[in-house]
Amino acid sequence: MNYLASIGSYAIMIKEVFKKPTKWSIMKSLILKEIDELIYGSLGILIFISFFIGGVVAIQTALNITSELIPKNLVGFATRQSIILEFAPTFCSIIMAGKVGSYITSSIGTMRVTEQIDALEVMGVNALNYLVFPKIVALMLYPFIIAIAMYVGIFGGWFAGVFGGFSTSADFIEGVQLDFIPFHITYSFLKTIVFAFVLATIPSYHGFYMKGGALEVGKASTTSFVWTSVVIIIINYILTQLLLG
Amino acid sequence: MIHVNNIHKSFDGTHILKGVETQFENGKTNLIIGQSGSGKTVFLKCLLGLFMPEEGSISYDGKIYKDLTPDEKRNLRQEMGMVFQGSALFDSMTVAGNVMFPLEMFTKQSKSEMQDRVDIVLKRVNLIDAHHKYPSEISGGMQKRVAIARAIVMNPKYLFCDEPNSGLDPRTSIIIDNLIKEITEEYNITTVINTHDMNSVMQIGEKIIFLKNGLKEWEGTKHEIFKTDNKAVTDFVYSSDLFKKVRQMYIEEKN
Repeated sequence: MNYLASIGSYAIMIKEVFKKPTKWSIMKSLILKEIDELIYGSLGILIFISFFIGGVVAIQTALNITSELIPKNLVGFATRQSIILEFAPTFCSIIMAGKVGSYITSSIGTMRVTEQIDALEVMGVNALNYLVFPKIVALMLYPFIIAIAMYVGIFGGWFAGVFGGFSTSADFIEGVQLDFIPFHITYSFLKTIVFAFVLATIPSYHGFYMKGGALEVGKASTTSFVWTSVVIIIINYILTQLLLG
Repeated sequence: MIHVNNIHKSFDGTHILKGVETQFENGKTNLIIGQSGSGKTVFLKCLLGLFMPEEGSISYDGKIYKDLTPDEKRNLRQEMGMVFQGSALFDSMTVAGNVMFPLEMFTKQSKSEMQDRVDIVLKRVNLIDAHHKYPSEISGGMQKRVAIARAIVMNPKYLFCDEPNSGLDPRTSIIIDNLIKEITEEYNITTVINTHDMNSVMQIGEKIIFLKNGLKEWEGTKHEIFKTDNKAVTDFVYSSDLFKKVRQMYIEEKN
């Protein structure tokens, strides 16, 4: 019953976010600030993780090729497929649920605890629009960093494969180019856009409606991470079935 | 003037306000006092429109809040200033940014006009030198003064303060009290202050309302509070030896 009530209040929150917009001159600077915090600020960690995960995928694939009948270009092919289809959009989004989601929940939750949200409401400001809308807009740029994560992940695979002695550069690049289906990129970016919306709104919901003090801000951040991850995984399954099934 | 007409408010079946009725006049400092849990904060949040009473009504210069359209409510809220207990300043903005915020949100003034208005109110609260600092870089008393500056920057008709002296030393409390009283008179604002501080009651209480268990137990002026024989009020106000002596001296002086 509680879950249904939460889904209902989440839906009402989304409706409120798009009501009574804040002045564009103010909104513009809020969006730029959020792009800096949420997108630019996440670039480093995603590049770092993508590079090493790409490397690990390449090594593990190479180590599992035991039959001489399997072509050597499989390392590049498997790295590309796993990075583009799952690792970059989904795995990165789970990491982002921890990094960006916790930040969003704790910053909005702290504003709730310190009455800053009440202050906005007393002034007649639509606090949900002011706080959540810029985050949604900023995270619509999320596919750009996922594109970078894809590139770096495949590069990491090539680096580990070639310099680790598991594949030749020519075999790896041949595998990367093999049977490429452009729709996989579209599928990946469609997922990313939906995940971006989830990453902006579920943590905001947990921060905005939290009650209590500093301890509850911490608890709300944890709950927000769990729910954002769960929703991303469920949506990932549904979208995969719909778009590739 | 604010008229409060028999308001009731409950949360999860607990009746918090049980029919409060009073009025607050323009240009006067009105104080709400009472023990913790007496319903003061809920009453103040009802006055601010953050909580809607289930019964009764609140009218602001004849406009009944519950009958207003959402746009009219929003416009009315822009005529209200609020000083929160913890100041509620925006951490990411400087002192000047905090004060300028309502102007940026709701007026079409140019940047220089807004800056001039911010300078005027910051001078009024003696904080012009701190305009570039962030809330974390200033003291609690200064934060309260910034909150007051932000509350009055739009020339509000109504000013609400939730325990403006909490966490402040006695000297700073007196400065804040006097500032609120002076501003109330200067701008002819209807000011309502929620407080536990008996110094404030004695210093600036032009009208005092004592709430007990969600009901108005007593109301009067700071002079009348010395003479009242309402036991609930005297038990609360004169709980310390210091205030007992002050009361005794006041009565002796009058006699």
